[in-house]
Amino acid sequence: MRPLLISAATLASSLGLGLEATRAALASGASGLVPCRFETAALDTWVGEIRGLDEVALPASLAAFDCRNNRAAEVGLSQDGFADAVREAVERHGAARIGAFIGTSTAGILQTELAYRRRAASDGALPADFDYRRTHNTFSVAEYARARLGLAGPCAAISTACSSSAKAFASAARLIEAGVVDAAVVGGVDTLCLTTLYGFGSLDLLSTSPCRPYDEERDGISIGEAAAFFLLERVPANARTGVALLGTGESSDAWHMSAPHPEGRGARMAMEAALHAASLAPEAIDYVNLHGTGTQSNDASEDRAITALFGDRVACNSTKAMTGHALGAAGGVEAVVALVAIREEFVPPGVGTRRIDPALHARYEIAGGPRRVDRVMSNSFGFGGSNCSLVFGRVESLA
Amino acid sequence: MTLGARIEGIGLVGPGLASWSAARDALAGRIAYERASTVVPAPRALPSTERRRAGLSVKLALAAGLEAVTNAKREAATLAAVFASSSGDGENCHAICEVLASEEREISPTRFHNSVHNAPAGYWSIATGATASIDSVAAFDASFAAGLLEALARLAADPATPVILVAYDVPYPEPLHATRPVPDAFAVAMVLSSAAHGAGPSIAARLAPGKAQAMRDAGLERLRREIPAARALPLLGILARGEPESTALEYLDGLALRVQVAT
Repeated sequence: MRPLLISAATLASSLGLGLEATRAALASGASGLVPCRFETAALDTWVGEIRGLDEVALPASLAAFDCRNNRAAEVGLSQDGFADAVREAVERHGAARIGAFIGTSTAGILQTELAYRRRAASDGALPADFDYRRTHNTFSVAEYARARLGLAGPCAAISTACSSSAKAFASAARLIEAGVVDAAVVGGVDTLCLTTLYGFGSLDLLSTSPCRPYDEERDGISIGEAAAFFLLERVPANARTGVALLGTGESSDAWHMSAPHPEGRGARMAMEAALHAASLAPEAIDYVNLHGTGTQSNDASEDRAITALFGDRVACNSTKAMTGHALGAAGGVEAVVALVAIREEFVPPGVGTRRIDPALHARYEIAGGPRRVDRVMSNSFGFGGSNCSLVFGRVESLA
Repeated sequence: MTLGARIEGIGLVGPGLASWSAARDALAGRIAYERASTVVPAPRALPSTERRRAGLSVKLALAAGLEAVTNAKREAATLAAVFASSSGDGENCHAICEVLASEEREISPTRFHNSVHNAPAGYWSIATGATASIDSVAAFDASFAAGLLEALARLAADPATPVILVAYDVPYPEPLHATRPVPDAFAVAMVLSSAAHGAGPSIAARLAPGKAQAMRDAGLERLRREIPAARALPLLGILARGEPESTALEYLDGLALRVQVAT
């Protein structure tokens, strides 16, 4: 594929609000994880919350969209000059020529969980203030972002569990490549809800401490929440600086609904496809931001795939003990990690890991540190065996 | 910008529409459409463990998808796929919300993994052995057209790999039903290949300002308006008649996906 410039980006996560807060936290190895006090959840686990969501107000014209997930989207869209950058793109291309593809796994399901506690005693009906379309429905956050940014082009929610927002990049890239749009807003928005907390609890996949990816004592994930947005456009001929999406690769495990293929077959296929799309050899990758959830099976499976493709040559680690696992937004969160690593020239530390599991053989970096990073691969894998790898690179390094 | 493909095979399951081959005459207007409750066949392709765990949306999507693959004379394992649905499995969603509103809060692991929007996509790849990419997209009442656009863009990027599009919707039980009154299950599937390489009628699609076209038959028009995946009916009507025609499918506010069919 032809590289696509990330002409604007933003992230709200437990690490902080905006790119500067995220950069500082990534550089210092801070963690946004705290013991779970979310809503009425009674679970022995840690979570990563976006600060201040309870106080966020949506623009009055979009008030019907009010729910935790769209509040997170609003926080993202209104910081880092993102909405202004999109407005300028609308002036360049026209609102109908800009797409919006937003990855989410649960959208505003929390709103429905809460509404189910307020059903009418007489007939069990949901309360009159419950707005199914604008809060519960999978498309709600994509519809919100499109309306909030004044876009009039194609738009969809991409919902493939934890690969959702990585795959949103792939969908957007294809529509730009096909000439249907000139630019696209790509996003990932997922927020805390009881379905995922109790759901992962039912699978015994919640760590009782902050998650420890690649650690020999790793015992599961820490759930996070995030809103990440990007503006993708063709790389202008005169571009001298910046970070571009170089390749996307997708695959399916065809194996199990909630467990990865033990040999990492699908993960490896996705990584190979991303390298192929970017016309790059594995040696060209300087850092792999792993899916690295901290479950026994994910890290073992991903390690097989990484070592099959890269041996023990490539520096890799997981940032999920800093941000938490933002599920459908994880691909977006980690695209920002890639962007920051390339721009600011450092590999973030592999926080949370004390002793690397001797059964895992990739070159897992606990320390990280400053160095030139030209190209980053980012992995996102989800339920249903849905895999997506993205390759990002420095514009100056484009051949 | 226009995107093209050939339609190699179609699958269909809906109210009074038992399969594509059984429904063709009614869709073409050659016989009267008679509505009856959707009958979703058992998914023989799934291993027995998965078959026990699969919800209605999975069975529905698989039935339509497998019919399309058979009609296209393709191996399902060789296809990329795009699944499109306005929502997930309604019954499963209701059951989870009910448990979470109770004191107990014990969700079953199967309920949880069936709650993801891409559950039918995941079961599809397990059932068929397909390891290529599978998308799972949602755009409320525009979900069929959004899925078709996604599938066509995928074909444009990789013309050598045919794509199966499966659009499906299932009803919610109460109380969610009152807020999203989808009355019955409906799924449509199409095996799409690149206009240069494939067989079957060719389509050319582009987004344009305008409204969706209605169905001439009142019963089919009601169906089109009631179930998001049934927004595909104007295109299915043309394909059933087998004559070159164009139509407009519902998309997002003020836009329609205009589809020109050449046979």
